[in-house]
Amino acid sequence: MFAESEEVALARRLLSGDRTAFDRFVELFQRKLFHYVYMMCGHREDAEEVAQETLLKMFEHFDQLREPERVKPWAFTIARNVCHMKRRKSIFAPEEEISLDDLMPQFRESGDRRKLEIADWSRLPDDEAIRREVRVTLEQVIRELPDIYKSVLLLRDVEELTTEETAEVLGVSADVVKTRLHRARLLVRNKIDKHLLHSVGAR
Amino acid sequence: MSLTNKMDPAGRLSCREIFALLSQYLDRELSPELCDCLQKHIEDCPPCVEFLESLKKTVRLCQDLEPTHQPTPLPAALRQQLLAAYQKSQK
Repeated sequence: MFAESEEVALARRLLSGDRTAFDRFVELFQRKLFHYVYMMCGHREDAEEVAQETLLKMFEHFDQLREPERVKPWAFTIARNVCHMKRRKSIFAPEEEISLDDLMPQFRESGDRRKLEIADWSRLPDDEAIRREVRVTLEQVIRELPDIYKSVLLLRDVEELTTEETAEVLGVSADVVKTRLHRARLLVRNKIDKHLLHSVGAR
Repeated sequence: MSLTNKMDPAGRLSCREIFALLSQYLDRELSPELCDCLQKHIEDCPPCVEFLESLKKTVRLCQDLEPTHQPTPLPAALRQQLLAAYQKSQK
């Protein structure tokens, strides 16, 4: 059985009336909501505002959160509604899908064999220097993803929501989440690959 | 060893088909049959293994992403408003 996440444990305590969980809960969710919206829209002020309004709505309707396990999808769904109400460019809006073929790796000839034309990933993530360097570019790489891929990647891989929870937050099917997540990861992988090729050198 | 685009005569999946399934494989969301097919293919295909490893590391990097930007602390008045809303919802 998985250990309960801090967010879920705090939500459980708040639901049972334990006021001492309040400060940490607010701090954690303000950071999560801010980070998500900031990564999606790139505007600090918007992210601050959406995070604050979402927190207020969460507490106004805290009794509607019946299952503490669902606190993360619940919070991100409220954030989506806050964005809609602000009539900002939706950070959940659909765009055109990228073809999988455009994301396939390339080859180069190597003697009588064809080899994958990709960087040397063997020193990741154990080599601290490379990892630190990649980390710096990773946030930028994610921020530059098309919105439909970015939202899925942030919710699934960064916030670690399940496929079903992500589908619910974004109002799409589980299959769409799987398709988009794969493309998002491939886009990120390809950009890190390029970065590694330039900084560490091709094999 | 090169990537294959078509299923081979024995009915095994091609690299192109494997490529489309890699995230679901990492997330353990494939059916046991498909998972079996994929494993059989990669046992025999170093380029697919190499690509899968790089994808796995990408996911791990995303999971470990640490935000470089933090929100400004909440104004005291808003914090009070949040606490009041929480206490009201608990009545």
